[in-house]
Amino acid sequence: MAVLLEKNFPVEAGAFTTAGEASTTIKRTLKQLGIGPEVLRRVSVACYEVELNLVIHSRGGTLTLLVDPEKVTLISKDVGPGIPDIEKAMTEGFSTASDEARTLGFGAGMGLPNMKRNASEFDIQSEVGVGTTITMSFALK
Amino acid sequence: MTVEEVLELIEAKDMTPETDKNTEVSCGYTCDLLSWVMAHGTAGMAWVTVQTHMNVIAVASLMEMAAVIIPEGIEMEAPSLEKAKEEGITVLESPLTAYEICARLAAKGLAGK
Repeated sequence: MAVLLEKNFPVEAGAFTTAGEASTTIKRTLKQLGIGPEVLRRVSVACYEVELNLVIHSRGGTLTLLVDPEKVTLISKDVGPGIPDIEKAMTEGFSTASDEARTLGFGAGMGLPNMKRNASEFDIQSEVGVGTTITMSFALK
Repeated sequence: MTVEEVLELIEAKDMTPETDKNTEVSCGYTCDLLSWVMAHGTAGMAWVTVQTHMNVIAVASLMEMAAVIIPEGIEMEAPSLEKAKEEGITVLESPLTAYEICARLAAKGLAGK
C-alpha cells in the first residue's frame, strides 16, 4: 500500500516535561489530513500511552507515524531494557513505573491495555536487554 | 452549561483569559491518574484534578476537553498555563474542594461521564 506520509519522532527517556508533544503533533498532522474524529481519538489515546511508556520505562526510542489510504500505523521502537513478562505487562493495573512517575499521575497500569483497546491491530515484541517494538494500526474504513 | 457558567458556579479564577468561555461543557469528571483519564475522558469534559504539570494539558488537549479545573486553591504551574494557552485549553482555579466542585456542577444538572 502506498505510504502517504511517514514521520519519525525521537522520544527521550525520563523527559516528563516534554512528554505528550509527539502525540500532540501527530494528532494535529492527522487532523490536517482529514482523519475523522473517532479514529483520531483512538490514535490519540494509544499514541499518548505509547509515548509516555517510552518516557517512563525505556532508555529512549522513536515513534513512527505511517499513513496510507487504508490505515494509520504507529510504531514505537526503543533501545531497552525490554519487558521480561509481556502477559503480566498487558494486565490492567499492573505497573512497574517509578515513584517519580506515579507522583505525576502515571503508573495506573492502564497504558498497554489502553493501546490494545483502541488499536484495530496491536502487536508487541520484546527482548530483555535489546528492546521493545509495539506496532499498532487503525483502520480508516 | 458553558465554561463561563462553570467558572461562576465554582467561584473560580480564569487562568487562561484568552480561551473561549462560551464553549459548551458536555460532562464533569474527577481523577488524578492520567492513564485512567485517557481511557475514560471525552470531548467537552470539565476535568477536576490536583495534578498541575504539563501532561495535564497534553491529556486535555488530546481528549478535546472544555476545561481543566484545579481545586482547593492549588496553583497550576506557569509552563502548564503557557501550554494551555497555546493549545486553547481553559484552566480554572477554584478555592473549593474537588468534592464541592462536582457537587455544585451536578446540582445544576451537569452530567457525569
